[in-house]
Amino acid sequence: MLRRINDFVTTLPFWLIAVTMAAGGIACIVGCMLWFGATFDYTLQSVLTGSILLGIVTGVLGCFVTLKRQSLVGDVLAHAALPGVVIAFLIAGSGLSVLLVGAAIAGWLGLQVVSLILDTTRLKQDTALGIVLATFFGLGISILSYTQGREDAGRVGLDKFFFGQAATILGSDVLIISGITVIVLVIIIAFWKEFTLSTFDPEFAMTNGFAVRMYDLLLSSLVTITIVTGLQLAGVVLMAGMLVAPAVAARQWTDDLGEMVILSAIFGAIAGGLGAMLSGIGWGRPTGPMIIALAAMITFGSLVIAPARGMLWDWLQRWLDRHRFETENLLSDLYRFAERNQKKDYVLEEKLLIGLRGWFAYIGLRDLQRNGLITRKDSGWALTDEGYSRAEAEHQKRVQQQNQENA
Amino acid sequence: MQIDTKNAIQIENLTVAYRGKPALWDVSLTVPEGVLMAIVGPNGAGKSTLIKSMMNLVPRAGGTIKFYGKSYRQMRNSVAYVPQRASVDWDYPTSVLGVVLMGLYGQMGLFQRPGKKQKALAMEALEKVDMADFSGRPIAQLSGGQQQRTFLARALVQDAQIYLMDEPFAAVDAVTERAIVAILQELRSRERTVLVVHHDLQTLQEYFDHAALINQELFASGDIESTCTPENLRRTYGGQFMGWLAGEQ
Repeated sequence: MLRRINDFVTTLPFWLIAVTMAAGGIACIVGCMLWFGATFDYTLQSVLTGSILLGIVTGVLGCFVTLKRQSLVGDVLAHAALPGVVIAFLIAGSGLSVLLVGAAIAGWLGLQVVSLILDTTRLKQDTALGIVLATFFGLGISILSYTQGREDAGRVGLDKFFFGQAATILGSDVLIISGITVIVLVIIIAFWKEFTLSTFDPEFAMTNGFAVRMYDLLLSSLVTITIVTGLQLAGVVLMAGMLVAPAVAARQWTDDLGEMVILSAIFGAIAGGLGAMLSGIGWGRPTGPMIIALAAMITFGSLVIAPARGMLWDWLQRWLDRHRFETENLLSDLYRFAERNQKKDYVLEEKLLIGLRGWFAYIGLRDLQRNGLITRKDSGWALTDEGYSRAEAEHQKRVQQQNQENA
Repeated sequence: MQIDTKNAIQIENLTVAYRGKPALWDVSLTVPEGVLMAIVGPNGAGKSTLIKSMMNLVPRAGGTIKFYGKSYRQMRNSVAYVPQRASVDWDYPTSVLGVVLMGLYGQMGLFQRPGKKQKALAMEALEKVDMADFSGRPIAQLSGGQQQRTFLARALVQDAQIYLMDEPFAAVDAVTERAIVAILQELRSRERTVLVVHHDLQTLQEYFDHAALINQELFASGDIESTCTPENLRRTYGGQFMGWLAGEQ
């Protein structure tokens, strides 16, 4: 039974998984709306569309970012954006679009410094990311303390910067997000080969004439634009998480990059859409944290139940292996005693078998009995005719193998 | 100096330095067309650096490298590279066939996806390295030897004139070692020039017909018998070689 479940699940076709997930997601979102009677008004429409689109974009970009082992990139961006926000505030005053431009420039600059460090020093990627994260954030904090003296200091809007304010999303914002979604998807599709090769094997890509550094720059620029656009929705720290969670979840379900990207986009869209909807009906007011919580749940679920790579199937596989191993051992135990005593249906005490093989033998014995290979006799077990010939065949095979190895 | 054969690769006065420390010093090396040349030397001798600098993967401090008299940039499509196996993440979501197809990406246009023609070429390359049965397998499930053969197939599919291989024999099983040797022989029979970074002095004379002994400087190069003399090896390896020589005799 368990073996059949295992075989079934590991051979599920990808499209079935993808369609099921997408349908499930849509059903959840629509169901939520109908069940709780949310009014599908302008605000909800805008927030919902914006969240779904951003989920898709971060999902797609996140695949390449995590595969490049740059999961921290989002966090670096988030922290590196701070000095940009504060400086933009000092120069041009508060106003979300101004702050976003500042964030984008500083964040982008931060990522380029990371590339520079990697190109010119021997430092490893995680170190470079850590250095930039800390210095830029520190710089931001020190400039921020300078603004505290000013009268309008309270209006820097740092709370929005960190946690977002989804309810303020307008139709015009959705238009911008749609534009970015289209641009990102077109670029990823157009340069699919280039992005694949330069994330998998950059040196080989270079020897084939690909401008790897340009594609790195392109990717980090797209990531910056996406994260900064998402600022308003979910806040910078949470956007960073959206870059990692859907991609990690999607990796669990497939061994193909194209499938991973599609699934990651679906996961991102589900987290974004459902998060916005739940927050819209009044659960968890701030939309950003709700979206991230859902994305985290999808990731955790995938780590556990995804076929082949999931923990659950790992355990199941080990359990099934152990099962087979134990039954084979029991069979050979019974055979050995039968041979030694020159009696095909020699009865071996159950207590002795358990003593030899541990408590797992109970399961093995039941298995063998069900398959008609052994039968119960008083307080012990004996081979049936079928069981004896099976055990004999396996014994012969082992002997042959040993002879081959010795030869 | 061989005068009447065309030279596939001509390196003159190549110097590569990392932060002021020379990795390669004034190396001049000529590789005739159609030879199997091993690049031999102790750890840290600059063998991989030599190969990488030939493809402009590491900046050089001086010197010139010509492929059939032209620069690498002009000859890029005639040079195939087999990187060290450990240089990539083998948990990448792709199949064996997917990796081999990457060898053809450079010849394909924007938006173009691998089609029947490319897949047929890739399968042909996989058959040469005995990996055709594994074409659909995720690369995360490959053994070290299978990874190496996949990389080899990716270079073979490019059908280049010159092959540069970085330690293909490092830590592979016997099956893979035999497969690689067979491939090398096949490449030589088709007049291809192959440069291989090699570690194992025991198999050197058996697998290759030319060698270059390197330890920051070039100590000797040419056909295998005249190059790999105990004297030359001793000079290349310094003290490290003495133990090996003593064990051999």
